[in-house]
Amino acid sequence: MPTLVENTGQSKVSAIHELGRADFISVRDFNFFYGKKQSLFDINMDIPEKQVTAFIGPSGCGKSTLLRNFNRMNELIEGVHHSGEIQLVGKSIFDRNVEVIALRRTIGMVFQKSNPFPKSIYENVVYALRISGQTKKSLLDDCVERSLRGAALWDEVKDRLHESALGLSGGQMQRLCIARAIANRPKVLLMDEPCSALDPIATVKVEELIRELKQEFTIIIVTHNMQQATRCSDRTAFFYLGKLVEYDNTHKIFSNPSEKKTEDYITGRFG
Amino acid sequence: MSAPDPDSQPIADFKSRPDLFRLLCQAAAALAVLTLGWILYEIIYGAWPSINKFGWNFLATAAWVPNREKFGVLPFIIGTVASSGIAILLAFPLGISIAIFLNENFLARPVRQTVRFVVEMLASIPSVVYGLWGIFVVIPLVKGFGDWATVHLSGVPIFSGPAYGNSLLTASIVLAIMILPTITAISRNSLSAVPHTLREGAYALGATRWEAILGVIVPSAAPGLVAATILALGRAMGETMAVAMLIGNSSRLSWSILSPSGTLAGLLANQFGEATGMQVNSLMYAALILVLITLLVNLAGEAILRYTQKKTAGIH
Repeated sequence: MPTLVENTGQSKVSAIHELGRADFISVRDFNFFYGKKQSLFDINMDIPEKQVTAFIGPSGCGKSTLLRNFNRMNELIEGVHHSGEIQLVGKSIFDRNVEVIALRRTIGMVFQKSNPFPKSIYENVVYALRISGQTKKSLLDDCVERSLRGAALWDEVKDRLHESALGLSGGQMQRLCIARAIANRPKVLLMDEPCSALDPIATVKVEELIRELKQEFTIIIVTHNMQQATRCSDRTAFFYLGKLVEYDNTHKIFSNPSEKKTEDYITGRFG
Repeated sequence: MSAPDPDSQPIADFKSRPDLFRLLCQAAAALAVLTLGWILYEIIYGAWPSINKFGWNFLATAAWVPNREKFGVLPFIIGTVASSGIAILLAFPLGISIAIFLNENFLARPVRQTVRFVVEMLASIPSVVYGLWGIFVVIPLVKGFGDWATVHLSGVPIFSGPAYGNSLLTASIVLAIMILPTITAISRNSLSAVPHTLREGAYALGATRWEAILGVIVPSAAPGLVAATILALGRAMGETMAVAMLIGNSSRLSWSILSPSGTLAGLLANQFGEATGMQVNSLMYAALILVLITLLVNLAGEAILRYTQKKTAGIH
């Protein structure tokens, strides 16, 4: 288990592991800028532990940008900056003591387009363990089976673990990426439109998987598919033009939204 | 003939007209193929007496004594392969490193672009200028190193003495610099063609920059890196002027990289002007072998490229 805060030694993420914490991730007065262009405005929200939170909204509304702040992926882009705070179990992820490497091992991510490495299925899954220096074969084997089972892929690939991951189908590749993301047992799983490139059958499989995975992980999923949000999320946040318009239980958002804007969006009046 | 059916009337006139542009292109393509065939024909025709006389022994004999009509190109084949091989060994790590440096944002963009420009400018320096530079700069350096190495590393066969300035090592170093732009440019292209999603995937799993580069990005770009190496190897083998000025043009076989050696290309450049009789035929034979070797290298490169592409298919 990687520790989030490396230098202080006093507070470790692994120590804080209460069940069902309502503010597992909390966002406070968060603003985000690509250069001079502001793309997120005063976001405040608490994301509960071991539940699925869906981010919905029209393209360019900032939902992916916010998601990519949770594991600080946006820092790979030149010229971005932010103000405000994001905390993971009460600890700022932007704190100087936080190593971004350790943060990303605590907060896994699955991308819109599946991105298996040009390696074997096995090596894809154990990648995170390999780079953290794990070489024990039995441990790696266990991790592969556990992660692939977790991603509902084990039965399909157990006989060809050492074949190239690039020979898998699109849906299998995406589940492999999920297996790879959960291999190092992160706490949070960020999913950026994980089904947008999948066919309906593969989508159903991934959605079932998401419902399974919330037993163990806190999941945040960005989706353009509103049925998907209703099918697999507990909480839904609606973003529009960089602002968080409404954030509530999924059932409430889709049956009786408080904001006119939300209603217009989910009924397809714009977007 | 019955009256034309109105349905079968063409909507527009699609009849093809003689297309001058197309004819020109076809002629140009045919010219390229014909030229290659012509060159090969002339070489084989010119080499024929020598092929007849020496046969395969030409490849396996270490003798080049024109006035006694003894011809064998083994030392020159070895010199060609060795000088290009050493050049690749020197230039490959350097070229790949530069390509990685240019492709990643280690330094500000202007710095990277300057470096890139300078490296690519190396390709535009004429061969003979490299040769001159080699004579005035690299030969003294290699001579100095050789004098030291023959004393302190004399147990190692490749450093056995005596040390010369005009040597295999000198030629290889200059060749390495000459092929550096080829390796760098092609490698950088294939590195930058690695999808951004793979890089993000590695970072999202907690990889450091080096882990992402060495573990994911470089392996994904492998086919391009292989192609870069093969193309550079082909160029190094055919390179003539700079090598002829630096390698010493000796037909003696030696283990030492500090000894003079010779290449097929250098042999041709040095001797063709004054050659007569069987020497001309033998030089033609040597030229044929050079062509075949470079052809073989390119074919092997193509095969390796296809193989590695198949292994990494689907990521681009």
